[in-house]
Amino acid sequence: MPRYIGMRLLQGIFTVWFIATATFWVMHSIPGDPLESEKAMSPEIRANLEAKYGLDKNEFIQYWIFLGNMVRGDFGWSFEHENRRVNDIIAEQFPVSATLGILAIVFAGLGGVLWGALTALYRNKWPDVLIIILVILGISVPSFVFATVGQLGIVTLNKIAGIDVPVAGWGTVWHMLIPALVLGLGTMAFLTRLMRTSMLEIVNADYIRTARSKGVPIAQIFSRHQLRNAILPVLTVLGPSIAGITTGGFVVENVFGIPGLGKYFVTAVQQSDYGVIMGTTVFYGAFLVLMVIIVDLLYAVVDPRVRLNK
Amino acid sequence: MTELSFRPVETAQDVEKTSRPSLSYWQDAWLRLVANKRAMTSLFVIIFLILFAYLGPLVWRADHTEQHLDKTSQAPWVNRNAILIAEEAEWEDVVVADPTGTHQAPMSVEVIGEARTTSVGLKWDAVPNAAGYRIYRHILEPKAGFPLGLPIGETEDRTHVSFQDRMDIQQKTYWYSVAAVDEDGKDFEEFTSVEVRPRLYITVGEALRLGYITDASKVEPGDTVLLDWHPLGTDYLGRDMLARLMKGAQVSLSIGIVAPLLFIIIGILIGSVAGFFGGAVDSALMRFTDFVIALPFLLFMILFMVWFGIEAGGSGIPAMVVALVLLSWPGVARLVRGEVLQIREHGYVEASRLLGGSNSWLIGRHMIPNTMGVVLVSFTFAVPATIFTEAFLSFIGMGVVPPTPSWGAMCNDGIRTMEKTPHELLFPALFISITVLAFNLLGDGLRDALDARLRSRE
Repeated sequence: MPRYIGMRLLQGIFTVWFIATATFWVMHSIPGDPLESEKAMSPEIRANLEAKYGLDKNEFIQYWIFLGNMVRGDFGWSFEHENRRVNDIIAEQFPVSATLGILAIVFAGLGGVLWGALTALYRNKWPDVLIIILVILGISVPSFVFATVGQLGIVTLNKIAGIDVPVAGWGTVWHMLIPALVLGLGTMAFLTRLMRTSMLEIVNADYIRTARSKGVPIAQIFSRHQLRNAILPVLTVLGPSIAGITTGGFVVENVFGIPGLGKYFVTAVQQSDYGVIMGTTVFYGAFLVLMVIIVDLLYAVVDPRVRLNK
Repeated sequence: MTELSFRPVETAQDVEKTSRPSLSYWQDAWLRLVANKRAMTSLFVIIFLILFAYLGPLVWRADHTEQHLDKTSQAPWVNRNAILIAEEAEWEDVVVADPTGTHQAPMSVEVIGEARTTSVGLKWDAVPNAAGYRIYRHILEPKAGFPLGLPIGETEDRTHVSFQDRMDIQQKTYWYSVAAVDEDGKDFEEFTSVEVRPRLYITVGEALRLGYITDASKVEPGDTVLLDWHPLGTDYLGRDMLARLMKGAQVSLSIGIVAPLLFIIIGILIGSVAGFFGGAVDSALMRFTDFVIALPFLLFMILFMVWFGIEAGGSGIPAMVVALVLLSWPGVARLVRGEVLQIREHGYVEASRLLGGSNSWLIGRHMIPNTMGVVLVSFTFAVPATIFTEAFLSFIGMGVVPPTPSWGAMCNDGIRTMEKTPHELLFPALFISITVLAFNLLGDGLRDALDARLRSRE
């Protein structure tokens, strides 16, 4: 097990290096540079600024410096926000995105398991049909539509019930709930479907028949045997779903005016703010790689049949 | 003894025939697919959407780029019966005596005559100490502390207390606000508003110009003419929604189909080579695949879109296709490699090799055709995913370049006016949803038909 974890981490480090390299070279081949958008400046000032940010050096040397700094966990300075370190920007924005994302994953996971189990329990009766229709909606309606409709929903609710749930922004729990729910909806629909299929497969398993013939109460069969085994396939896709949820985060952050990393990234690309782009991408990439490793390990803990040797 | 005597006894009996005509893999799959009602409905929906995109513009000939600023954000169900009037009468300014009193805003604002879409006349009572008046028009009810809307006119004398608005008036509710201004041109703090809902009118000259009537002598003021039809309404620049949806369907569907086709071809090549040769080639290719999979998809889509740059007047479609292909092939490569690893062990491959089949023959004749089933299934699932990505990128403004319409970009435009005119968001969103749903259901059906192991249990 420790050997396996070591291997995976080593692989992860190589992956992060690849992400960093790809980002660096793609970004440096984008036409225009971060100093271009500034007001007209004399060649001397420009030269000074280039020296300050290290843009005067050969690109390979820049790449080397960038890698060295990255190993030390330093992503350098932002070009557009004077005197702000990229590390500070990430430290400030990332927790917001992460809170939103984790909350969304929790919604999606719990909802998916719950609805999926319900559909299997009421197979082909009205709760099943209703949930399946909702699932189809959830899979085929784009997240930005949910986000807008969700926002409109809050506005209407506020008007009718005379309460004051915040429509946009960030800060309290109320700011988080609706955006996280919206963000998790697509994944929830997907997980519900997966859970339903795996529940139906397990109903026919031998050990269920055995348990039933032994006279184990239905509720116990459901919770101990069916649910527990059906959750396994759901867990495997949780890792990739995290990536999907971070994607959706861009839109939800935009629509609800949440000051997360996604919103920041789009602006940074438009201003070719090298520091922020590289920092954000490498950080995000590393985060995703780590998440996938953690989910894989968790899977082995939950399912004793999985051996982590090779 | 003739030969006939030794004729063998008829032994053939009426044996029950249980065989059926032998079917190839693809024939069998097709029969299964045809039997699947959901998948067939989806297939017809997809065919309809393609016809809508490419034949639609031949039937519905409205120009998707033409702007009509006099009918922006028009709902589909809007009244189109315009009443003809002769040219608008010359506007006569209302002049009153110098006012007395201390009020800061007009006591009342009223409409002169009938409010028409050709002109709205306003008059109010004079305000003491005012140097003139400024008139605003807004589509929302004005509140103190908020902008009053579009400043549409000013008068320069406190005794001239009327104004005629003739600018792009539509059939919807407006609030006209009049505020007095001081010598420096600054608004007084108070204002007076009036709610106006103009009726649809058209002048004879305008009707002639737009071709609604051909001969001015045959019509009389008071007749009605039927204005241009916009079956799905217009967008915020007054462009016909139906025409834009058709053009947008071309953009969304072509990206959604071309990009998956290309990355699937690349995925097949890399996957089959890796799986077939194994060893060092396999591990090198698969490590590279792992790396590309680990790239944060959306961040790199955005980076690539900027990297490829978009020349002036370009649509951004080629850039998006290339970016999608560069980032999406690894999934297919992994899938195909897995399949090839299994196929490699089959007897017929060994037989073909013994008969002298070269590597490229083995890959081209045995490996790739036998992976087509799973590849086709993953293609049908890749199409909706790609359409989603396109819509999503266009929605955050990093996708196709305006004015190129795509469903995602249209949703983005529609969201701004969503509370007042939901149709601008509703229709493109509906098209995205239907397309994605149809491809997903067809994919389910294909999977059931093509791949016995993955057959879903429902």
